[in-house]
Amino acid sequence: MDAQEQIREQITQSPVVLYMKGSPAMPQCGFSSTAVQLLRACGVREFVSVNVLESPEIRQGIKDFSNWPTIPQLYVKGEFVGGCDIMREMYASGELQQLLGGLGPN
Amino acid sequence: MSTPTAGVEEQLRERLAHLSPRRLEIIDESAKHAGHAGARNGGGHYRLLIVADAFSGLTPLARHRLVMEAVDDLMRGAVHALSIKPLAPEDV
Repeated sequence: MDAQEQIREQITQSPVVLYMKGSPAMPQCGFSSTAVQLLRACGVREFVSVNVLESPEIRQGIKDFSNWPTIPQLYVKGEFVGGCDIMREMYASGELQQLLGGLGPN
Repeated sequence: MSTPTAGVEEQLRERLAHLSPRRLEIIDESAKHAGHAGARNGGGHYRLLIVADAFSGLTPLARHRLVMEAVDDLMRGAVHALSIKPLAPEDV
């Protein structure tokens, strides 16, 4: 299975999937850490996270998949939402809470 | 890679010129992130605030894409991370 196929499978594993550097418990980058905090702030308790530092193929593959050059990347219901800045903007405007509301177990 | 900071900021300005920014601030935050595990390729961290008419009526993702597409070639080397705040004139 090539990276693009793997990614297509990963992003539908859960309603909320975050590609990041490190793990939610131990993020390896400030932007990834912020992304996790924003998900938690929106009440998302369960999400799938993919540590791109563990796979160079996925690290490059996810950038090609979304045509977006940086990590973290958030996918909701299989669709690319954005990176850390976009999550922050959407959180400030209430859009992120709305998008994520009711997706996880409350 | 050791690209001089001034050079990178200049290149960012050049790439973004076609958006006719009313305001463009570029802040080099590389020092804050020096040596962290995710930045081993040595590219710099930059934060930019850009105000342009082109962002009016666009979603956050579409605004960021406009900026990312403009600076795409720099993201492969001199710039490791770019934090963008794209605003339309009416947001300011």
